Amino acid sequence: MTDAAPIMNGPANGSLATRNSNDAVSRGLKRRYAAERRFKAYGILAIAFAMGMLGLLFTTIVSKAIPAFTQTMINLEITLYPQDIDPAGTRERQTLSSANYRKVIRQAFYDLFPDVTSRRDRRELFDMISPGAVYEIRDMVMANPNLIGERVVVQMPMSDDIDQLNKGQIRKDSPETERRVKDKQIAWFERLENRGLVETVFNTTFFTAGDSREPELAGIFGAAMGSLFTMLVTLLVSFPLAVASAIYLEEFAPVNKWTQTIEVNINNLAAVPSIVFGLLGLAVFINFFGMPRSAPVVGGLVLALMTLPTIIIAARSALKSVPPSIREAAYGLGASPLQVITHHVLPLAMPGILTGTIIGMAQALGETAPLLMIGMVAFIVDVPHGALDPATVLPVQIYLWADSPERAFVERTSAAICVLLAFLVIMNVGAVFLRKRFERKW
Amino acid sequence: MSFPVLFGVLALLTIFGYYLGRSRALKTAGGQVRNLHSLPNYYGYYIGLWCAAPGFLLLVGWMALENTIMDSMLIANLPDSMSSLPAAELSLLLNDVKNLANGDIVSREVIDLDLKDAAAFYGQLLTTSKMLLTAILVAVTCGGILVARGRIAPDLRARNSVEKAAMAIMIICSTIAVLTTLGIILSLLFESLRFFQMVHPLDFVFGLEWSPQTALRKDQVGATGLFGAVPLLAGTMLISLIAMCVAAPVGLMAAIYMSEYAPTKVRGTVKPLLEILAGIPTVVYGFFAALTVAPFFRGLGLDFGLTISSESALAAGIVMGIMIIPFVSSLSDDVMSAVPQSLREGSYGLGATKSETIKQVILPAALPGIVGSILLGVSRAIGETMIVVMAAGLAANLTANPFEAVTTVTVQIVTLLVGDQEFDSAKTLAAFALGLILFCVTLVLNIIALTIVNKYREQYD
Repeated sequence: MTDAAPIMNGPANGSLATRNSNDAVSRGLKRRYAAERRFKAYGILAIAFAMGMLGLLFTTIVSKAIPAFTQTMINLEITLYPQDIDPAGTRERQTLSSANYRKVIRQAFYDLFPDVTSRRDRRELFDMISPGAVYEIRDMVMANPNLIGERVVVQMPMSDDIDQLNKGQIRKDSPETERRVKDKQIAWFERLENRGLVETVFNTTFFTAGDSREPELAGIFGAAMGSLFTMLVTLLVSFPLAVASAIYLEEFAPVNKWTQTIEVNINNLAAVPSIVFGLLGLAVFINFFGMPRSAPVVGGLVLALMTLPTIIIAARSALKSVPPSIREAAYGLGASPLQVITHHVLPLAMPGILTGTIIGMAQALGETAPLLMIGMVAFIVDVPHGALDPATVLPVQIYLWADSPERAFVERTSAAICVLLAFLVIMNVGAVFLRKRFERKW
Repeated sequence: MSFPVLFGVLALLTIFGYYLGRSRALKTAGGQVRNLHSLPNYYGYYIGLWCAAPGFLLLVGWMALENTIMDSMLIANLPDSMSSLPAAELSLLLNDVKNLANGDIVSREVIDLDLKDAAAFYGQLLTTSKMLLTAILVAVTCGGILVARGRIAPDLRARNSVEKAAMAIMIICSTIAVLTTLGIILSLLFESLRFFQMVHPLDFVFGLEWSPQTALRKDQVGATGLFGAVPLLAGTMLISLIAMCVAAPVGLMAAIYMSEYAPTKVRGTVKPLLEILAGIPTVVYGFFAALTVAPFFRGLGLDFGLTISSESALAAGIVMGIMIIPFVSSLSDDVMSAVPQSLREGSYGLGATKSETIKQVILPAALPGIVGSILLGVSRAIGETMIVVMAAGLAANLTANPFEAVTTVTVQIVTLLVGDQEFDSAKTLAAFALGLILFCVTLVLNIIALTIVNKYREQYD
């Protein structure tokens, strides 16, 4: 086609026509090949754009999250004077828990900075330490009352602003009015650093604490437990329901109007916006049945209804992929229809069903909107101990922190996202492993 | 006893019933399995079902109705001065009574004797209810076990009965999906009707202003509440349009490359990577949009002398578009791969290049499926909540300018329902009316899309 050599041996004018059209083709070829290359490049560009955005998303979040895994601490030497804590020497829990530990920390600070005397300066000085330090000392003393009267070195978290300063998120050379740390505080902090009292350690609080208004005291453990209880309820409700209905629809249901309605219904339900399920939960579970707000039970039920179609669809295709010969062999040996399913078909389809279930659960784990409707956005400090306690879940915690004005919450939000994504990756890898390892091709 | 404990008791009784049934059947058959009609296990299941089914129904029913019944009994017991209060105050009072009975914090400062009496009565009611439930549960399950045990005989067709019951359970389970849809429609309709008694439906659908703040006091200025949904619908459409401007071309081109050009190996790695985009929780996209994309566009706007709001429709729309790419690409990919190879070969045979084949043969052949996939993407975009809640604004501007902040239906549902809800104010009920619009629009889109895709599938099967 590239060469204009005549293919047919026709009359002279015919050959001329062929030559002319061949010329036309070859003249157009360059343009057409360029169009071809452009078209292919658009495809590659589209994929590169999508991949680039995926990469950008991950790098932004991971790079923002890294500082959250460390926390600036101060090693402060405090003196637990008996007259401050337990003047009567009774060692009663009530006295110990209500003693003025704030004064103890203050005193230690004033000893470190004898030159700071004005009331305002002293308050700013004391602001450098986290309000949670007081409770840390209280818990320490209550665990070991013998410490009273001793001098002990205690490691305490510094406030979120100082923490940000230490990590370089707040720049020292920016104008004082534009940052939340005063010049004086920077100077004090540098003095503390020079004395070797400041230490940056792994942030265990983040993994063990519940929510808090103070970034340095906030953790994701409460939300993670909330997610766990919610997912448990979701799994317990949706898995049996989905498997039972998939078996019925795939194996037993006669083809009629009713079963067709159910099928259309399931397909449409899978595409209903999640927030509508939240409205359903609010109107039915909370208003009609009077179930508790903010409880993982309600969240779990709502998410179960939401994931039901996903699991049913996956379970049906897993059941469908079991070859009919297995059913026929079992029938031939005298098994009843239900025995055929429970003894042979279901075990063979189980890996596929479990894969679908894991994917459905991963979806439910990342879901936020319906849970906002049923009150799981409340600020909850305590770690929930059951499915009836008020709780929040990981994605909602992310939403709450993303809305908080404190700068230190940005890194904690990113870190919480990393934890959530890690759970999702584990679940999806599990699903892929199940599929690769156990799914059989007939 | 609390409900989890009672469920545990029920489970234990059921297991006990199973073993009882097995041993009883073997005993009546003189230890010979061949004398029995069914395998011994089925006699166990038989008693287990007789125990578990009524017990389970009892527990679930009790759990569902306990609160409503106890509330009405409590109200009936209250002195007239209290029970004649308006609904909102009454529910507050009931809450206080319950908190007092549970030893929690009470919202009012003065706790009078009537309230204490009511709390005592409620506490009593709670104990009676639980005791009654425990008693009935034990009676019903033991009764079930006894009845079933009496029926066990070697010629009892236990397997047939158990299988019938299992079939009934499966049929009930398969109707849950329908019940869910019914529940959604009924709850949305019911609350929407209450809303439409306060606000005229035409004002809602065609009204141009949205400011749902209703007055707390009668004499407050400018707070009567305007419920015109047009700005929200326009905002939703603007953001969805921006999202589809990103998702449709990118998704389609990615699908074309993957189904027509990419070697199997590339396809095998790129396809799952693209699908990761669909698996990332939307709250993460929302954070990404608010933290990275919105400031980026704002900075870009400043460079060009444009004012782009920090909560612009553009940022939310583009990030939403990125999220929707895989929804468009994976379905389009499937659809194009399903186009018969003979069509491609015919086109190559006529001298067309690959891109010409794609543009003139494959895309027209796959068009219905592609339209279906884009419609499904639109329905996703309309129903998407977290990205717009975090990155789009709250101000109900009626504008087509993508640089301004707009709000959407889903954002307003969330803002109306997070926080205090009063189910007698138009403000809270408006969320359900918005939900009804959202549900109807997405349902219609889904039905059209699914019908198109299914029709197309039949064409080449």
